[in-house]
Amino acid sequence: MTKQEALFSYCLRLGDNSLILGHRLSEWSSKAPIIEEDLALTNMALDLIGRSVAILKYAAEVEGKGHTEDDLAYRRPERKFYNNLLVEQPNGDFAVTIVRQFFNSTFEYLLYEELMKSKDETLAGIAAKTIKEIKYHLRHATDWMLRLGDGTPESHLRAQKALNDMWMFTDELFEMNEVDEILIKEGITVDLNMLKANWSKKINEVILESTLTVPTSTFMQTGSRQGIHSEYLGYIIAEMQYLQRAYPNAKW
Amino acid sequence: MENEKQLEQFEAKINADSKIEPKDWMPEDYRKHLIRQISQHAHSEVIGMQPEGNWITRAPSLRAKLILLAKIQDEGGHGLYLYSSCETLGISREELIEQLHNGKAKYSTIFNYPVLTWADVGAIGWLVDGAAIVNQISLQRTSYGPYSRAMVRICKEESFHQRQGYEIMGKLALGTPEQKEMAQDALNRLWWPTLMMFGPHDADSAHTGKAMKWKIKRETNDELRQRFIDKTVQQAEIIGLTMPDPELKWNAEKNKYDHGKIDWEEFKRVVNGDGPCNKKRMDNHLKAHDEGAWVREAATAYAAKQVKEQVVA
Repeated sequence: MTKQEALFSYCLRLGDNSLILGHRLSEWSSKAPIIEEDLALTNMALDLIGRSVAILKYAAEVEGKGHTEDDLAYRRPERKFYNNLLVEQPNGDFAVTIVRQFFNSTFEYLLYEELMKSKDETLAGIAAKTIKEIKYHLRHATDWMLRLGDGTPESHLRAQKALNDMWMFTDELFEMNEVDEILIKEGITVDLNMLKANWSKKINEVILESTLTVPTSTFMQTGSRQGIHSEYLGYIIAEMQYLQRAYPNAKW
Repeated sequence: MENEKQLEQFEAKINADSKIEPKDWMPEDYRKHLIRQISQHAHSEVIGMQPEGNWITRAPSLRAKLILLAKIQDEGGHGLYLYSSCETLGISREELIEQLHNGKAKYSTIFNYPVLTWADVGAIGWLVDGAAIVNQISLQRTSYGPYSRAMVRICKEESFHQRQGYEIMGKLALGTPEQKEMAQDALNRLWWPTLMMFGPHDADSAHTGKAMKWKIKRETNDELRQRFIDKTVQQAEIIGLTMPDPELKWNAEKNKYDHGKIDWEEFKRVVNGDGPCNKKRMDNHLKAHDEGAWVREAATAYAAKQVKEQVVA
């Protein structure tokens, strides 16, 4: 694998994580518990999809085959998407969405802080811009973890169930492959193993403060680094790509 | 009598084109009319998020998706300002939402029509937001201060929406034959319901009289509808779409377009609940409200615990 191929693949991973989580959050439109939350969740969707545009645009540039960010989003099949399984999981109830966001934003906060120092200037620039948004997403998710965990008995139960259900998708966030090896050597990205202890510490603190329990199950899902996803991704892709696929010669 | 003197002062203010503010005395009918109108407006913004929301996950490009998401957010934001304006009249957001759920309060009938294709998303921006702007520009001069100021803010954003919708329609109308067909079909279905947005003809409008006298409304339904038609017909011509009204023609003498008959039976039917999506829109709103109850309760319980802790500390 060349450095260029690794960088292309890495950008797809970052871009797909943003795009697919943005897609999931956008599904909350007109479904949230109060309008303020409707706006908050779809605003995060807007941030994430905006970020995916910047990253996929760069991916297309790195690939050098004349594709655009839209080609990468709308014409790639499901086996060529590299987002983590966590972000494609269905919204579930509000607690599932918050826990998913909490795990992911805590991870993104640590990752993008490192990417700000990347030797790849484009990625460093995107990271610098996006870190402010991630801080807000993390604060939002953390505030809700506290409210749900330490709110009513029902919200406590729901939050704990969501933690337990999402737990098996957390190890994969830190999985690395040849892409990471190459880019770590180039100073473009960071060793994800180095983020893990910090991630665990941060989420443990919030979970405990929320009066919830850190799950202990050791079974972990994997697959996305090879483009092997849960069954849910196919539906997201089918919905998202439908117009571009149905009218391949049309411009929108 | 005290009331008569107050009414006199109130009417003097209205006649002098001063704004009425929340703490000013106002006739009960004025307050009622405003609550009805502003809450209907707020509910329309909020329910109006649903039809277009259908297409967020299917928007055909990333740019289109971002624009649509931002637009729907703007609408939610407008709903919030308007609920706040309405709350200055002494009613809470919970009560307003309760009135929406029990059918006492209405929202614009246009949102009871389905948004079936991507062209419908364009047509909504172009026509529905276009119609809303005509109405809202006029309402910037409404006599109630908080409503007037909300309109000034909202109008700025609505004009973006109208342009973005027109841009979608333009791309489709000038695109492949299938895209053009999609655009024409959307115009055919949404044109007449858009004209109904302005409400019944002046002669048949139950609420126009006092609303005009008190300057809540500044122009009549027919005047606003005519202004909308006159500006929109040309826009359709530019992108090569045909208005679905064979009687539509320029009347040089009156300097305006004459148009065919609006089907007021359909309007009444849809206002009274029998439109294609009335049930779906309300069911969605109720479902989100009910499913969100435990979240709102959790937030309230948590906030109460925080207050208690502060007191103890």
